[in-house]
Amino acid sequence: MSSARPPRPVRILLAKVGLDGHDRGLRIIAGACRDAGFEVIYGGLRQTPRRVVEIALQEDVDAIGVSILSAAHMTVFPEILRLLQEEGLHPRVLLTGGGIIPEKDAIQLTELGVGRLFGPGAPLAEIVQYITDEVGRRRLAGE
Amino acid sequence: MTQLVERLIAGDRRALARAITLVENEEQEAAELVARSSPHGGRAYRIGVTGPPGAGKSSLVTLLAQRFRQLGKERVGVLAVDPTSPFSGGALLGDRVRMTSLTGDPGVFIRSMATRGAFGGLARAAADVLDLLDAWGADPVLVETVGVGQSEVEIASLADTTLLVLSPEAGDGVQAMKAGVMEVADVFAVNKSDRKGADRLVQEIQEALGLGGERPGWRPPVLKTVAAQEGEGIPELVAALQQHQALQEQSGLLLLRRERAARHRIERLVEEGLHRQLRRQLGEEELVALGQRVARRQLGPRDAAAELLGKLLRLPT
Amino acid sequence: MAVHDDARRRWEAQVAQARLRDCDFETVSGAPTPLLATPDDLPPGWPEQVGYPGEYPFTRGPYPTMYRGRLWTMRQFAGFGSAAATNGRFRLLLQQGQTGLSTAFDMPTLMGYDADHELAHGEVGKCGVAISSLQDMERLFADIPLDEVSTSMTINGPAPVIWAMLIAAAEKRGISRRRLKGTTQNDILKEYIAQKEYLFPPRASLRLVTDTVEFAARELPGWHPISISGYHIREAGSTAAQELAFTLADGFAYVEAAIARGLDVDAFAPQLSFFFNAHSDFFEEIAKLRAARRLFARRMRERYGARKPESWRLKTHCQTAGCSLTAQQPLNNIVRTAIQALAGVLGGTQSLHTNSMDETLALPSERAVIVALRTQQIIAHETGVANVVDPLGGSWYVESLTNRMEEEALALITQIEELGGVVAAIEQGFQMREIGRAAMRYQRDLEAGRKVMVGVNRFVEPAEDVPIPLLEIGEEVEQEQVQRLVALRRTRDAAAVARSLARLRQDAANETNVMPALIEAVSSYATLGEIVAALREVYGDYQEPAIF
Repeated sequence: MSSARPPRPVRILLAKVGLDGHDRGLRIIAGACRDAGFEVIYGGLRQTPRRVVEIALQEDVDAIGVSILSAAHMTVFPEILRLLQEEGLHPRVLLTGGGIIPEKDAIQLTELGVGRLFGPGAPLAEIVQYITDEVGRRRLAGE
Repeated sequence: MTQLVERLIAGDRRALARAITLVENEEQEAAELVARSSPHGGRAYRIGVTGPPGAGKSSLVTLLAQRFRQLGKERVGVLAVDPTSPFSGGALLGDRVRMTSLTGDPGVFIRSMATRGAFGGLARAAADVLDLLDAWGADPVLVETVGVGQSEVEIASLADTTLLVLSPEAGDGVQAMKAGVMEVADVFAVNKSDRKGADRLVQEIQEALGLGGERPGWRPPVLKTVAAQEGEGIPELVAALQQHQALQEQSGLLLLRRERAARHRIERLVEEGLHRQLRRQLGEEELVALGQRVARRQLGPRDAAAELLGKLLRLPT
Repeated sequence: MAVHDDARRRWEAQVAQARLRDCDFETVSGAPTPLLATPDDLPPGWPEQVGYPGEYPFTRGPYPTMYRGRLWTMRQFAGFGSAAATNGRFRLLLQQGQTGLSTAFDMPTLMGYDADHELAHGEVGKCGVAISSLQDMERLFADIPLDEVSTSMTINGPAPVIWAMLIAAAEKRGISRRRLKGTTQNDILKEYIAQKEYLFPPRASLRLVTDTVEFAARELPGWHPISISGYHIREAGSTAAQELAFTLADGFAYVEAAIARGLDVDAFAPQLSFFFNAHSDFFEEIAKLRAARRLFARRMRERYGARKPESWRLKTHCQTAGCSLTAQQPLNNIVRTAIQALAGVLGGTQSLHTNSMDETLALPSERAVIVALRTQQIIAHETGVANVVDPLGGSWYVESLTNRMEEEALALITQIEELGGVVAAIEQGFQMREIGRAAMRYQRDLEAGRKVMVGVNRFVEPAEDVPIPLLEIGEEVEQEQVQRLVALRRTRDAAAVARSLARLRQDAANETNVMPALIEAVSSYATLGEIVAALREVYGDYQEPAIF
């Protein structure tokens, strides 16, 4: 029979930061994450970096997925990263996300410590696999 | 471990969050963590909030938490439970999104939990998590359940006061309510009471309560609320909850109730322990083989179960 | 007819033997496509159902001569950075042959925040123009003849405020409001369903929209106070039938609200306009627009008792589907847009926006938006489709598809009515759930390869160099806008602002039409954020239900 310890699902916070309200992509990713066995804390629309980090802290998440379609990514991702560092949650908590993010910006953000970012058309399976692998890696590193 | 416990009882939110995770995942340290933190608790009054989906539980919980804070409660805990999908093992924890206004308040701690396969609509570790919130200093703690299945009865065994939230649109009124639900609730809230049918629902509930057995010294009040914007009926609802709390404390009922809850919890833990033991001792192949024999009618299911139990308890067969 | 039946049998026999491609043969919405359409697919009496263009039920078009009389308006959505920068883009597009203006606002403006609000940080001027006050509006339309060029403003929550600014700006230049031509999108119901740019709770918002309908009927006969939209619903992932149904249902809700207010339907209905998506499945889109006109006409006449043909006539703007564009191989988007634009034209749209190829990467660059405009010009002047009205009318396929679309949409509209109407359905999450399911189904089909996106899941090329220069908005836009606001607050008459806001709060609270108070407030240079905050005090906030 299966092992005694319950499986430890990935806990991920999904939210939109900024004023934009187009949440089709975020909802689809939430469903895909749930179908992949993740526990998805749905943070919804119009969150601020501070609120996102506060929720991540209370929910003790493994990852944060932020959707930004309003070109504010160069302000938002670094701000969230800074707050995560302040709370001692970096690099344990993976910061990933997506939206309309030009390649060169994505590279800059990765250099700061943000995880991979996904543009429109990225297959759900790829996103889910990336999160699973990265969270696994960081959990091991943490122990 | 010691550091974690110390920080937890000092009110550190990060420590609380980590502790909850350990307990939820049944890490080795979990039992010790709960054992060491619990003595520091004992203050938290536990309010269970249940009711069918769509009744507005999350919005109501938000307003209740805000009101408790206004009344001077330093730390309020909220536990929001959502079902784990039996197919994928994943869960969509969407209660928190309705509680955005609470996120900025350092005196409120909100945690979302998935049932992770537990029956009864409450996470298996919920009781332990409540203990941790208690040790952290939360008082009261609001536990919002899934609202389907047996969750109403389940929550009653965990909460000091159970609040049942209904709304005129969700469901067909009292007739459709599941067995046991009416008996379980200490306070009723008819939410979205600005909609049509609210008054009729209040009446129906009151009539149904009249027919049921009386509870000693307490007639469950039926209140009307509107859990939108600033809310309506919230101070009255909080007052009713506090009245129930006062009554239980003064009459000794609270202690009785907690004793009953403790028994239930012990029973559950024993069952879980037995289940774990069963899984550890017996292999998958054995169960598979028995299943084949039963399906081919070579063996009755009860005999098969007796065989396994016998092995487990080392009883003579 | 015996000959016909024989031919059919022969064909069916051949089909039974034939090998078909490995494909689902569904429309992009997931509806099965017949292999062949014949007269048998149409009900008896169908030619009468179709009618003539410019006549009830308008299946073939709202006007008798359609594009032979006048081409559709080529109206490219534009806006970024400061009002001055957008003004420049407006004048460029008009020079290049665009015939109407369409304004895109930035997120802070769309959500009713001034550029110096904490939540606006990082978003000022990024996805549209930043408008915080009448001053900005004046700059936005400087040197543009507002009484000659029709102006569309894509804004919803704060639409009445922005509209008030336009009216005030025009009147300051001596242009009477009665001569203004244009549209405010102002379709708040679809915000709760799809785009989520709402400010207040649904019922209060509906009252506000009804104020604008009433005001337009009385004071701005050339203005369309609402552009009842399906575009966003489709972009959120709905099917074509859902887009059609939810849009028309929203429209009927506005009609009912205005009638409940005491307005005569013929007094306001002619000023209603629509906005549909022009998506990829060519014939489905054409059928959708034809069905829209017929469905609307029938209901306006039969249920709402409208007597004037102008009240039965559905007029629409279309935009090619943003969600169909890809970041991979962006040049392909020019082709997609062209075909979608053609569908919009063959469907009989009155006004059209064509997307630019680089919109999955950034706001359109100058070159890209001009190509998009040229796409419309080529369709209009080189292909000949604009010379004949409803050329696909009579096609057995298109007519049967039109009928099917109408039936499906009607079924959904009836469902909404049974739930208690649009607002009740929204509160129960009905539309969102339907859309969510359709979106998820499409995503799964895409990932399984059952639906194709060229360059994304088939005909993929390795990571490419993007050959197009992308538009970048500098951070100084925000700083400059903030400085302008600071200066404005210093130089304006603070007492007048306070008075006008007090009047606004009062009018909102006792349900007087707020448009006059809004015009007074913007004229005193109260800012957008201040005005929206005042309204919020009266109307409250809105938290959407967590529906999945």
